[in-house]
Amino acid sequence: MLFPSWAFLLFLAVLVPVYYLVPKRIQWIVLLLANGVFVCFAGTLGAVFMAVTVASVYAASRGMDTLFTRQRETLAEMKTTHTKEERKATRLRFEKKRRLILVACLVLNFGILFALKYGAMLGKLSAGLFGVKAFGQDLALTMGISFYTFSTVGYLLDVYRETIPAERNPFKLALFTSFFPLLVQGPITRFETVGRALAEPHTFDGRRFLSAALRIAWGYWKKLIVADRLLVAVKALCAKPSVYRGDFIFVEMLLYAACLYADFTGGIDITIGVGEMLGVRIEENFIRPYFSKSISEYWRRWHITLGEWFKRYVYYPLSVSKPMRDLSKNTRRIGVGFSRRVPVYLATILVWALTGAWHGSNLTFLVWGILNGVVILISEELKPLYARFHQRFPKLSASAFYRGFTVIRTVLLLSSLRILDCYGTVRDAFSSFFSMFTTWNWSAVFHGGVQSLGLSYYDYAIAFCGVLVMFALSVVQRKGAIRPRIQKRGTVFSVCVLLVLIGTILIFGRYGFGFDASQFIYNRF
Amino acid sequence: MEQLLDILRELHPETDFETETRLVDGGVLASFDIVMLITRIEEEFDVVIPAKDIVPENFNSAKALFALITRIGEQDD
Amino acid sequence: MKRKGFTVIGILLSCIVCFGALTAVSRLTAPKYHDTLIDGHLTGEYYDETTDHDVLFIGDCEVFEHFSPVTLFNEYGITSYIRGGAQQLAWHSYYMLEDALKTETPKVAVFNVLALKYGEPQSEAYNRLNLDGMRFGTAKLGAIRVSMTEGEDFMSYLFPLLRYHDRITALTKEDLTYWFSKGDPVSFKGYVMHTGVDPATEVPQENYDPKLPETSMAWLAKIADLCEQNGVALVLIKSPSIYPVWHAEWDDEIAAFAKARGLRYDNLIAENDLIGIDMNTDTYDQGQHLNVSGAEKLSRWFGAILQSEYGLTDHRGEAAYDADYAALTERYENEKQRLSEGN
Repeated sequence: MLFPSWAFLLFLAVLVPVYYLVPKRIQWIVLLLANGVFVCFAGTLGAVFMAVTVASVYAASRGMDTLFTRQRETLAEMKTTHTKEERKATRLRFEKKRRLILVACLVLNFGILFALKYGAMLGKLSAGLFGVKAFGQDLALTMGISFYTFSTVGYLLDVYRETIPAERNPFKLALFTSFFPLLVQGPITRFETVGRALAEPHTFDGRRFLSAALRIAWGYWKKLIVADRLLVAVKALCAKPSVYRGDFIFVEMLLYAACLYADFTGGIDITIGVGEMLGVRIEENFIRPYFSKSISEYWRRWHITLGEWFKRYVYYPLSVSKPMRDLSKNTRRIGVGFSRRVPVYLATILVWALTGAWHGSNLTFLVWGILNGVVILISEELKPLYARFHQRFPKLSASAFYRGFTVIRTVLLLSSLRILDCYGTVRDAFSSFFSMFTTWNWSAVFHGGVQSLGLSYYDYAIAFCGVLVMFALSVVQRKGAIRPRIQKRGTVFSVCVLLVLIGTILIFGRYGFGFDASQFIYNRF
Repeated sequence: MEQLLDILRELHPETDFETETRLVDGGVLASFDIVMLITRIEEEFDVVIPAKDIVPENFNSAKALFALITRIGEQDD
Repeated sequence: MKRKGFTVIGILLSCIVCFGALTAVSRLTAPKYHDTLIDGHLTGEYYDETTDHDVLFIGDCEVFEHFSPVTLFNEYGITSYIRGGAQQLAWHSYYMLEDALKTETPKVAVFNVLALKYGEPQSEAYNRLNLDGMRFGTAKLGAIRVSMTEGEDFMSYLFPLLRYHDRITALTKEDLTYWFSKGDPVSFKGYVMHTGVDPATEVPQENYDPKLPETSMAWLAKIADLCEQNGVALVLIKSPSIYPVWHAEWDDEIAAFAKARGLRYDNLIAENDLIGIDMNTDTYDQGQHLNVSGAEKLSRWFGAILQSEYGLTDHRGEAAYDADYAALTERYENEKQRLSEGN
């Protein structure tokens, strides 16, 4: 079930009233059942994989919990009778057991994720190399698996770290893993917030309902009016790397930036809105990312939950791990600055490679990830240089002009990197990107070029207006959340805003059986 | 504490670390800085900060960070 | 309390305004079918009829371009209407008949069998042409249900905005002219006139399944049942077009069906010479469809059969019909004049 489908709207229309009408005691069970319907609707095979994840993570977390308790009891008993060394040995023994459980569970869950994500690619590869019948090609990527695997594994790691206690009820863990709005486009959430909130009773609140409806409508607005419209042109541009070169790539960069933003943030708006409708607060995943002044700031504001996950569970643990510390010590003779940088450099590149791999199985994503890491490291190294520049020209640095420049620079830089996820091969991506500097064909772009991409001038105009509205709202939002300000003006005003959103979506949205006058060419029979 | 402030100032000379309480949430310390910082702290204070303690709450102010270092130092004994 | 009442009224009012605005846009963006793609106008024109009909034709272009109700009335006093549409498939015809039977009961229903060769919905465009103009009711809902091709959704038939909203970027003058008015009828009691001449050539050969699809035959049986229940005599015909080919096996199958159900079945292709149709002068597209000359010849010939076999009343001289048909005949002759001058 995708967000823009009658099935999804119907699903919500049935679920929400039922959810608030049943006794509070069984509210979470209703939600769990709804999740089950949603997951099975996407495919029963996916449901099986999800069940495996829930069962394994549940068993592992409970096992760890038991070990923690036993460790505490044993150590308490040993306190008077044994030496410090003996007690430490005991603690290490327990820790080793826990680590064993953790590793086994991680291997299983990431194994499933890996097999499903890369299975098709490996299958094709093996078929090509050995003439073996491809396996896994039919395994369509299970809905939301990248998101729920990360969320659920995050929970396991928190239990392992003793940050949170293990959940005793496996069905509440299942409720968290399968929470349906998160399966479409994420975000990755944390059990201690969303997981706990899901299991709590919720009372209907008209004000909150209206607020949620506004957020959902705004999400659809961005998705259907801007994203799905521009996607047509972006797809057309990416499909023919040999034709659309030079300045077309610049157009592609801008269109894709707008398209991706509208699509992804729109989807998250719907997700968060649906959560709000059910009384569950879901973390924000974007904070006006295109207003960032550097790539690393951008990554703190775009797809926040993914970045947080990688930082929390990979980047920090990796950079402070024993091998890294040893490596740092061993390289000290080369130079203090160098040895201090070794862990952070290695961890950065590795995390970005993983982030790339998370986004897709294609090699282009890996290159994209690593390049992101490289750009971030370079800009970190350049910081002293910037600092000197700012000291020299304090007035210029403080000006709005300079701030605007840094924002535009960042958007162009990240759009350039994104060229990589437009194309199937790294070669096409690089060749397209560099053609921007060698081929000057603005006249071709505007004389027939942009009209050949499947969109009319009206479409571009509508998309442009949509982008303007998004931009204006982002500017307004810098001074505080928008929906409370709308609602402060009264229910009638809020309903009017909602109706305007719905009305404009119905008229200007790109959905349904596309009417194309050429389809009506009348074949006499 | 003074020793810690020196390390912090080395990283970001422009920030007033004695009063700032939103170092991570406010975007002063990026993940890059945090790892550099941890490496320096381990050198200077001879403590190992475990991954599970690398959370914004412990790095948002010099005071919180110092408390963390002290706590870990005591645990080790 | 007063405040709450104000809120409720405010919300209601905004909803009404919003609904009104969307309805206006919906009407604006829906195809008007008046100056272009006029076949889409046919379904809706039926509802403007002020008189009832003794004969109802149902089927595809082989009825709405081949029979002239004007000729039938002026020659025999037979009152008739053609509920036909472009590629109107068997189930469309069934529901058109069901829809018509809600307001009138003709004595005879004439069904052209060519469309029976299609057992599956063919294209969204033809569905729209035939169903958009249909009045809301069980017949329309039923017709939509069975007509949808893959990728279509039910809701968009009930709320045309969902289907045509994209046309907001491609509006023409026609859309503005007929935004709130239906405009003059494009047909003459369902008949669409053509005056051109383009002689028939050799008929291309094609592969075909010697058996008609079971689904369409089932719909034919349903049409027969419907007529039986309502006391309407059903006549099956195959219009005299020579292309698309009406194969002998199909002809036998329909003949067998007619015999089993006790229905009359006329394959008029065989009788072209008797009717007087000359495929050099009476077709405007090489034998696929008849022009007005061919249609009038066919109507004269078939009207005689209807009158003799089914004892239809001669309504000439009845004031209500005379006035209606006199106006129609005038428009008809004017159109004929206009079209032939155009050629």
